[in-house]
Amino acid sequence: MKNSLVQIRNLSFKYDENADYALKDVTFDIYEGEWLAIVGHNGSGKSTMAKLLNGLNFPKEGSITVDGLLLSEETVWDIRDKIGMVFQNPDNQFVGTTVQDDVAFGLENHGIEREEMIKRVHNALESVKMEQFLDQEPHHLSGGQKQRVAIAGVLALRPNIIVLDEATSMLDPRGREEVLETIRQLKASQEMTVISITHDLEEAAKADRMIVMNKGQLYREGSPEDIFQLDEELISLGLDIPFPVKMSKMLKGLNIPVSKHHLSEEELVEELWTSHLKM
Amino acid sequence: MMEKMIFGRYVPADSVIHRMDPRSKLIIVLLFVCVVFIANNAITYGALVVYTLLMLAMSKVPMRFVFGGLKLVFILIIFTFLMHIFLTREGPIIFELGWFKVYEEGLRQGIFISLRFFLLILITSILTLTTAPIAITDGLESLLGPLKKLKFPVHELALMMSIALRFIPTLMEETDKIMKAQSARGVEFSSGPVKDRVMAIIPLLIPLFVSSFKRAEELATAMEARGYRGGDGRTRYRKLVWSGIDTLMLLLLLALTILLIIFRT
Repeated sequence: MKNSLVQIRNLSFKYDENADYALKDVTFDIYEGEWLAIVGHNGSGKSTMAKLLNGLNFPKEGSITVDGLLLSEETVWDIRDKIGMVFQNPDNQFVGTTVQDDVAFGLENHGIEREEMIKRVHNALESVKMEQFLDQEPHHLSGGQKQRVAIAGVLALRPNIIVLDEATSMLDPRGREEVLETIRQLKASQEMTVISITHDLEEAAKADRMIVMNKGQLYREGSPEDIFQLDEELISLGLDIPFPVKMSKMLKGLNIPVSKHHLSEEELVEELWTSHLKM
Repeated sequence: MMEKMIFGRYVPADSVIHRMDPRSKLIIVLLFVCVVFIANNAITYGALVVYTLLMLAMSKVPMRFVFGGLKLVFILIIFTFLMHIFLTREGPIIFELGWFKVYEEGLRQGIFISLRFFLLILITSILTLTTAPIAITDGLESLLGPLKKLKFPVHELALMMSIALRFIPTLMEETDKIMKAQSARGVEFSSGPVKDRVMAIIPLLIPLFVSSFKRAEELATAMEARGYRGGDGRTRYRKLVWSGIDTLMLLLLLALTILLIIFRT
């Protein structure tokens, strides 16, 4: 049985008194050790959600509880220690002049002893496979590498939860795969809870659970399999469905018996090339 | 190309001077600036030249880097020299051509003042050529540390400098990109009358400013998310190490100072 780590209750938020709600009455839980994908088109409130989670903005109504702590002005720094964030633009979150300085930045902020810092910086860079770039300057790194350094910076602080706020959206396909693979390995080895906020449904398809946001409200919650059954509805929300799901559906339409809507290309190919054996 | 202009200053190498603590280098340069003014005759100036050349030799920086960056300075030095030749009218005349007279004192002053100028530039060049900009920042932060008691924002200043250094290449890249994008829309950056070329900077600067503000905001958010709450209670990852070499170098400068005081007239 999974434990609920974050409870979000009746959350509402406006950027401006006169503006529409960016988030309206959102309630859900985040469970320990899961990979949760929050998807939605631009302006659906998914990035606002991320900013509220670690107190970069405060909710107008409703509450957020992280690991037993209710988010407020007093607890915001403790909660930030529990939630590490990786942002969209790889350049605009790189603070240090070199890779190791950047990873150490968060540690310096927390007043950690130098000996301990060196150990943690090296460990964190090792777990994102960037240890050979210690003294590299940011403008000599690719976008994917910079994002991996950002992940290392978060890991060094040992949070329980890591939030990826569109962290792969500015990367090329190779960089994106690098970053996602890094996260997958970390999640497996360190029992991290991952929340990825994204509009890339291929990325979301690999999550354990998905939340679809629309116009500031929680539209649907479920496993990726369930969510992609909604195909027409998703398209009407401005989201596209991943290619393998589309393909499975079209094959079914041609009376080619595929067992279910496959989420990954590998699964689909696997079924297709072995399908003859079953007939 | 533009990156070379700023970062080309630092030449990584393995030399005694490179290994020195940035603090001791900063102190030495500061003291040297004062010491130079003690010299007032051939022997004392000779000692200064020997000292500076010794430092230059120890830094192992190739000559072309040292003098490549000094072209503009040479013009200034020659100008200073000529000013003294023309304007100082003391001592016996040593050269005369019609109305143009060169006085002995003028020649002496001209040589000494330009030499002084040259030595100052050379010693500061050795500092910037052998010390990474970030190390200079660290050194300054550490040296200015005592000013914290007077509420002088030392940490903030150092952080500002290091973030500025970190973003120079990023902004250079961006400038290049905007320049290409605007060229594609018909802006001429490199031809036409000077007035047009100056005006062409506007469509370059405005997008650059807008995006810099956006960057600054995102950077601030990212810093806050990683627990940045100002300088109090922060520890340092970079560590400055004061070694025997640093003390020795300071003593060498002290010896030079004593020598100058003895031999000055």
